[in-house]
Amino acid sequence: MPAKRIIPCLDVKAGRVVKGVKFQNLRDAGDPVEAAARYDAQGADEVTYLDIAATQENRGTLLDLVTRTAARVFAPLTVGGGVRGEEDFVALLHAGADKVSVNSSAVKDPDLVDRLSRLAGAQALVVAIDVKRRPRGAGRQEWEVYVAGGSKPTGVEGIAWAREVAARGAGELLLTSMDRDGTQAGYDLELLEQVCSAVTVPVIASGGVGTLEHLAEGLQIADAALAASIFHDGKHTVQEAKAFLLARGIEVRP
Amino acid sequence: MSRPAGTVALVDYGAGNLRSVENALREVGAAVVVTRDPDAVRRADRVVVPGQGAMPACAEAMRRSGVAGALLEAVERGTPVLGICVGLQILFAEGEEAGGARGLGLVDGRIARLPGGVKLPHIGWSKVRLVAPGSALFAPMDGAYVYYAHSYAAPAEAPGAALLTHHGRDFCAALERGNLFAVQFHPEKSQRVGLALLERFVST
Repeated sequence: MPAKRIIPCLDVKAGRVVKGVKFQNLRDAGDPVEAAARYDAQGADEVTYLDIAATQENRGTLLDLVTRTAARVFAPLTVGGGVRGEEDFVALLHAGADKVSVNSSAVKDPDLVDRLSRLAGAQALVVAIDVKRRPRGAGRQEWEVYVAGGSKPTGVEGIAWAREVAARGAGELLLTSMDRDGTQAGYDLELLEQVCSAVTVPVIASGGVGTLEHLAEGLQIADAALAASIFHDGKHTVQEAKAFLLARGIEVRP
Repeated sequence: MSRPAGTVALVDYGAGNLRSVENALREVGAAVVVTRDPDAVRRADRVVVPGQGAMPACAEAMRRSGVAGALLEAVERGTPVLGICVGLQILFAEGEEAGGARGLGLVDGRIARLPGGVKLPHIGWSKVRLVAPGSALFAPMDGAYVYYAHSYAAPAEAPGAALLTHHGRDFCAALERGNLFAVQFHPEKSQRVGLALLERFVST
């Protein structure tokens, strides 16, 4: 088993890092390259950029950002947000992204997952899945997939969707609980359990980390933990997180 | 840091994470020439063969571009060559990916899919274990974590295996045969440990 990964995630818009609560009250928080280099120096196992505006006009800006990052950061870089098809996917890989994540476009056209996986290999393709709990009758619950930055419900059931994209060639799943995202109340562990037992590809847990204890809980189930605010707010460094996890007996890269 | 002498030809055969490897080689001071010209590969003082994706497509693209032949000549002539990821896999005689593929046949053995029962692709940081203590290039890495992103790998018993990693089974993480070097992991994405390896390659 590889070491469990800690992945700081930077939300970017028009080439800048932005911070906000649930995409509201966005404020400028600096140059993504500087932030990525800082996390790299702290020993982050990977860095993720999520283009939250993802407009057509900003595409060139994002590619330029990826190019500048890849020239300075010698750790894996995953980039997502607004990837519509083969052209966007290949352009990001050529700019220096190691992995590209797709979300809405995969739901719209599931065969895109097969095509992208054939194009560059499963190891370059992450499928991001945003889900929210909904009642399923008899007091039970299930998870529904949302797209377009969490704004549109799709009716698709999350566990089945995870299984489908893994079978179609996704190399990893980036699984975000919208119920927990931004709450700092911890990962949705039941969701992680269900998805991790449904697929054999690595799963990255996202949504809800508020403490180092939450990271430990998530990494007992998932292969990697994506986290934003606990690192950006200067609450913890990546080193502190890793020291905590090692003390808990969780294998991380020192 | 003294600038390494000579040029490094980084082979561009239309596949792989060329840019990242180029960045990392420049970071350690190498004079990199990104090329798809077989003659430039023949002339270079060192050659790096990157690769990502599927071995059959990479092996086919290398043959078509004429770079495969130039690479075989470079190896024959004693030029230091470093293959990375699929750049390691194509050195072998054959691969089972996508219905089977013929490699360059420089190393005996078969590239096979890692066994089930573990997460695949093998993505993330795993430790390497030194099995060739005499290797100047790889000995300093014993016990280090390096970054992987692959589902297929060479056998642990591969001739010249210098480092092994375990994921489902032991596999060849790095090999060294005279002037021919290759790694299954991504040194260009393995932070300090990876850059140090590239620096040793371009300066020894």
